Amino acid sequence: MLLLAGTIPDPGLPLTYGRVRIKDDRLFIGERSFYLHRGTPSMIGTATTVCQIIGTEEPYCVIAGDIGKGDGSKLVYNYLAENIHTLKPTVCSFHYIMPDLMLHHKLFCALKNIEAKPFLVADAGYMYIAKMSGNADFYDLFTPDIGELAFLADENSPHPFYTRGFIFHRPDEVEDFIIRAYKTKNTPRFLLVKGFIDFICENGRVLKKVAEPNIEALECIGGTGDTITGMVAALIYAGYQPLDACHISAMVNRIAGSLANPTPATQVMEIIRHISEALKTLRKEHFNGRQENTKTHRDG
Amino acid sequence: MKGEMKIRRLFSKGSEKYKEGDFRGLLVYPSTSDVILAEKILKGEGYKVRVVGPPPHLRTGCDLVIEFPLIEQLGIERILKEKGRIPLKVIPISDEILEPIDLCQKKDFGDYLMIRAANMKLVIDKRTEQIVNISGGGCPDVPYLAEMLIGRNLKETPSPKDLGHTICAYALHIAYEEMLKEVD
Repeated sequence: MLLLAGTIPDPGLPLTYGRVRIKDDRLFIGERSFYLHRGTPSMIGTATTVCQIIGTEEPYCVIAGDIGKGDGSKLVYNYLAENIHTLKPTVCSFHYIMPDLMLHHKLFCALKNIEAKPFLVADAGYMYIAKMSGNADFYDLFTPDIGELAFLADENSPHPFYTRGFIFHRPDEVEDFIIRAYKTKNTPRFLLVKGFIDFICENGRVLKKVAEPNIEALECIGGTGDTITGMVAALIYAGYQPLDACHISAMVNRIAGSLANPTPATQVMEIIRHISEALKTLRKEHFNGRQENTKTHRDG
Repeated sequence: MKGEMKIRRLFSKGSEKYKEGDFRGLLVYPSTSDVILAEKILKGEGYKVRVVGPPPHLRTGCDLVIEFPLIEQLGIERILKEKGRIPLKVIPISDEILEPIDLCQKKDFGDYLMIRAANMKLVIDKRTEQIVNISGGGCPDVPYLAEMLIGRNLKETPSPKDLGHTICAYALHIAYEEMLKEVD
């Protein structure tokens, strides 16, 4: 099972879980439906699109309404902590969830105690709390942007709000941040750093960089990091090795961005509409539809 | 064209830095939105307060606290009580506190302007002064703020601080204030 968890900016949305379908730019979970806006819907929509293309079963989603008060996040944390052992996911992606040390600890203990540890991807608020809790290296993949990477590299910072160093960064400094974050155990084994250049790393070493096509306007568009997180989770679930999944996701996001011909005012839905075409093109030209055994990386 | 600039500190000049040896205290609230409201009240009353990160033993997740001159504790507590915003705790500072971001980054895209503060980015169409994109951040109110603000005129929309509840909202507010200065 590919499990995706996060929140939706709808204060009236109760805890909602189940398999997700996508149709006409809308996500359907049970009787509920959501537009493919930035944030968790963008992550879920992209993952679901990739699952459809590859032919894997649709993701299982756990979401609740939260506009920053933490109420919906609490429902998601508690549901996952109480049910993760019966859901038995093989890949999980945790996303826009309010950072909360106590609730994270509850879920962390549940994750530690399940029989087969899933491959754990964290981004956004959940990545913040995973680092702040001191358990970043329990997870398998973080997908930070440059500012969030600087936060991971800063042992004392509980939130990117307190991290200054990245503002005037140079590309070589990004690699320093990666090394520092890894040495202080504030990153998992794999990192996909999203930015002007995407850095794909394992154990603190940069193994691949993706810089083309360079679509400058993508930096402005909210949700373009969420698409990468959804894509990489779906590809790992499909059996791609994590480094390949990161590489493909970074390239597909750029190609989809290029196909959308965006301006800084473009909304992420326009990019997601081109994910399918971009992924098909890339798989055909570069990866020949390769699928590998997920067990290798989960056991490794 | 990419331009970087140092902007004024987040807080008014009088509250920028306390002199070494000044006694300071912290007002602790259950949520960041409570902190934002209390800060608004106290600044409105003329108190020299500032929002900072809590010391390690007070951190629970997405946290901010209000730093204030301890000598003014009585008056501050009185006004907060009158406004129904009594803090959970009032404590003197003995630990290191975290300084919030005070730098913004500006990037010009021709017809569009992006300003970044910490992990948050705000983009407007310079021709219409309409907010066209919000990106970055990780707290649940970021998508909410995007829904509420995108498509609205920068000068007519409620501020991120009035709508948001988290540190990410606070960071977006810094970008918003800087953007207001840019278009004026």
